[in-house]
Amino acid sequence: MNGLLKLSIAMALALYAEAAAADKPDTLTIGITGFLSGPASVFGEPAKAASEILLDDLNREGGIGGVPVTAVWVDEGAGGEHVLSEYRRLVQDVGVDAMFASISSGNCKKVAPLAEDLQVLNIMWDCGTQKIFEENSYRYVFRTQANATPEMLSTLLYLLKTKPEFESIAVVNQDYAWGRDSWHIFSTALKQLKPGVRVVAELFPKFGAPDFSTEISRLLALRPDVILSTAWGGDLDNFVRQSVQRGLTERSTFVLPLMESSLQRIGPDMPEGVIVGGRGDHYFLHPEFRQDPDFQAFIERYKAETGEYPIYPVFHIAQALSALKGAYEKAIAANDGAWPGKEQVVEAMEGLEFRGLGRTVHIREDHQGVEDQMIGVTRHDPAYDFAVMDHMMIFPGSAITTPAGMESTAWLKTLSDSILDLPVQTYRHAE
Amino acid sequence: MRLVRYLPAVLVLVVAVLPLAVPWLKIVLTVALAKGLAVLGVVVLLRAGQVSFGHAMFFAASAYSAAFLMQGFAGADLAVLLLAGMVCSGTMGAVIGLFVVRYRYIFFGMLNLAFSMVLYALLEKMFHITGGSDGMAVGRPTYLGLELARTSFETALFYTSLGLAGAACWFVHRFLRSPLGEALSAIRTNETRLEYLGISARWILLIAYVLSAVLAGLGGSIIAVNQGVVTPDLGYWIRSGEFVFIAILGGAGHVLGAFAGALVYELVRFYAAAMAADVWQMILGFVLLGIILFASRGIVGLYRDLAAIAPGPRGHREPLR
Amino acid sequence: MDPILLLLATLDGIAYAALVFLVAVGLTLIFGVMRILNVAHGAFYAIGGYAAASLVLAISDADFSPWLSFPALLVAAAGVGAALGLVIERFLLRHIYAKEEVLQLLVTFAAFMILEDVQRLVWGVQPYSATDPVRLLGTVDVMGIPYNAYQIILLPVIAVMVLLGLRWFLRRTLSGKVITAVTEDRETAIAMGIDARKVFTVTFVIGAVLAALGGALASPTTAIQLGLGAEMIVLSFAVVATAGLGQVEGAALTALLIGLGRSFAVYLVPELDVLIPYMIMVLVLLFRPQGLFAVAEKRRI
Repeated sequence: MNGLLKLSIAMALALYAEAAAADKPDTLTIGITGFLSGPASVFGEPAKAASEILLDDLNREGGIGGVPVTAVWVDEGAGGEHVLSEYRRLVQDVGVDAMFASISSGNCKKVAPLAEDLQVLNIMWDCGTQKIFEENSYRYVFRTQANATPEMLSTLLYLLKTKPEFESIAVVNQDYAWGRDSWHIFSTALKQLKPGVRVVAELFPKFGAPDFSTEISRLLALRPDVILSTAWGGDLDNFVRQSVQRGLTERSTFVLPLMESSLQRIGPDMPEGVIVGGRGDHYFLHPEFRQDPDFQAFIERYKAETGEYPIYPVFHIAQALSALKGAYEKAIAANDGAWPGKEQVVEAMEGLEFRGLGRTVHIREDHQGVEDQMIGVTRHDPAYDFAVMDHMMIFPGSAITTPAGMESTAWLKTLSDSILDLPVQTYRHAE
Repeated sequence: MRLVRYLPAVLVLVVAVLPLAVPWLKIVLTVALAKGLAVLGVVVLLRAGQVSFGHAMFFAASAYSAAFLMQGFAGADLAVLLLAGMVCSGTMGAVIGLFVVRYRYIFFGMLNLAFSMVLYALLEKMFHITGGSDGMAVGRPTYLGLELARTSFETALFYTSLGLAGAACWFVHRFLRSPLGEALSAIRTNETRLEYLGISARWILLIAYVLSAVLAGLGGSIIAVNQGVVTPDLGYWIRSGEFVFIAILGGAGHVLGAFAGALVYELVRFYAAAMAADVWQMILGFVLLGIILFASRGIVGLYRDLAAIAPGPRGHREPLR
Repeated sequence: MDPILLLLATLDGIAYAALVFLVAVGLTLIFGVMRILNVAHGAFYAIGGYAAASLVLAISDADFSPWLSFPALLVAAAGVGAALGLVIERFLLRHIYAKEEVLQLLVTFAAFMILEDVQRLVWGVQPYSATDPVRLLGTVDVMGIPYNAYQIILLPVIAVMVLLGLRWFLRRTLSGKVITAVTEDRETAIAMGIDARKVFTVTFVIGAVLAALGGALASPTTAIQLGLGAEMIVLSFAVVATAGLGQVEGAALTALLIGLGRSFAVYLVPELDVLIPYMIMVLVLLFRPQGLFAVAEKRRI
């Protein structure tokens, strides 16, 4: 009798679920756009390698709600036309359940309205432009990491806390939106928090410039106290190597917010005392998790399979995947255990809290992720043949992210010195 | 095998109907048509034996003009954008043409390349006006006064492009058959004789140059609204090279070949990039090599061979012309 | 602009021009002899860089003397350049000498696209760099500003040596004279019994080696990464077209002009630096379509 009751309850639930939700699929498919060719493939390839490991782990543990997950990669290096066409094909023809797009901010701007029209969950898994959610609001688009504003602001706060004495600054950024926008954010906040600093040079060499000799000569002659560069990839490698060779790093304090992704390539040449970051609390020796067995297991497997330690895009893809998993699980729970419909998953994304490989991230009502930021300085440890981070500070994301509904420039202009007293945890590098 | 003769018509029909069955293909096919228009511009100049390695500049110029227009007048109409693009690229073609038509062969090609690189560098460098290498967003224009949703707009744009491509083919075909067009061919075969006849080769070439710039510009405007964004890459030398590549792939100097080439190129490129992300450039490279080494008359040439084998009434050997 | 900055900008310009010249001279040589604008030249440059960096890194991993890295740069460039040049000339170009100019150019364009993916498959996506040679030579101070001896002494010296060497080869040796003969009048040269095929092979290999040498010599200061070839080839085109196709000495002077123009731009109007080479190219071509240093070609009938 008991069994019959259970059965009928189960049947009733199933019928109910049928009405509210969808059939459980055989697999969950996600489309991921990232650079697999061109200079930015230094970010796409590590993320792709990581996604394979992470999905393997995930599926071995039963996938999401018992459903295995597979990923299809789209090469952003093949051009904007290709990304849009492939996006379309994956959604309309392959029928993917979610899209992760993209690395390039330009592509994020293109696909956000497309995702909205196609009504597909889109997680912006790596791009950094702060403008997306400040200029528009979307139902289907989310970002599972911070944006340029907290990334730049945390860098500036670190500089002001550790080297408050500087009087002049120069910038050498790549000539494209990220280079220009990041300097705009940094300089706006700088003017607010330390007015009177002289900007002695604003150089925007061409994206992919192979040679910075002339810029470096000019900076050597100008002797700014601080040199900021938000460059990345081969450009950053070139700039740092050429600066080291010419002794520029000895004359000025270097501030390189994306350096975490280049440390392993620069190797022993990297000078100590350079302020570096990794677009979030992304670091293979994360001081709070390096003893965590899951974290360690992942780092070791990644190192074994690729020969490198993971860099920040790896952490970003991990966050996107764990957000997706979190959203499905939240939606399944809200749905009394039944498989959720696409709209239910989208609703579950809002307000979601999840953890990738770093600290917990929270998705705000404007769909922007609130993520803590870690900045440190370089030093050498004989255990590694490249520089590691020391004196790491983790800044709470909630205090340094533009509040929902505000525009970053306007918000930065309201900052006061009190933000310098923000409580931050500081960690030393553990030998 | 009389059917072979109807092959082009059948293909046009397939292209026209395909997007109804496979909605996402619309975007790819519209891109192919837009590039086909630019290639048609290259083909016009090829008739005179001149190869431009900078035609992407007209493509980019009119794409940016669409972006500026949409920025200045939100809700401008597609017809206005297309017209403005043609005026913009035509004017630019006339100005640059005045200089380049004095030169022939490699010098003609190089000067075009030089102009296109200046435009590319400007678009990339003037961040505060053009958005630098990230480019500018292009909103969705109205379609003959109607505000359409994305899907219907894309359908409308596709059929508009198809119509424009047809019209352009017809026009260029007539142009090349006109005395002007015949004089253009004479530049390739014997320019001196042309001058003896009292015809200015420079003027003829200038007219052709402006026409080819307008065609490339039309393609550029279509790409801009189709993609919703314009970037300096639209004017990079690799894209100019791509246009020449497609012209040869289709069959050098052939009107319908421009579109046949663009379709094949876009589909190969799309599937190669989707299925073999690691080696899509290599695949395109081998396709290009194969065409040049083994079928240098391009797709049109292959078709002609096919049609020539097939028995048919004489005088119908060139159904594509 | 004060004289110190003038001097600094000049030094930077010379160092930059030396590398640009090495790449452009190979391109102009190939064009002069074969009348082919070789788009694959950019790929030779990149592959030369990758190969040199790999070899230098291998030497330092094996704990050999780091001074070996200097010959390693040359060996890598010669090996890669000769191999690529031979293969492409033999298996591709040879089949299209009789065809139109456009087709010849497109064949090299196809080779360029294929080689782009070859680089990806062989070296992956990470930038490569091998800085030993720069470190070994140290820096020299000019008005209190440290410069790499590698960049302001070694590179210009090598560039001048290549220039003088080429001049000597083309004017004083038999093979060089044969090449010059083919450059100046191909039909007559062939009629006089010169084996044009052999000349083409030799020229193409020399040109490819020079491009690879440019990449190899760039690798100690520059990270070699994907997409580098596409940038270098247009810059070389600009130099070659401005100088006049086939002009070896002209390419050297033009490289200097463009190098100085660019470095002065960085000091004075940094917003214009990328525009400079192409502005120069357009201006020169408008007034002298055959280039600065070429004599106008007589109309052949």
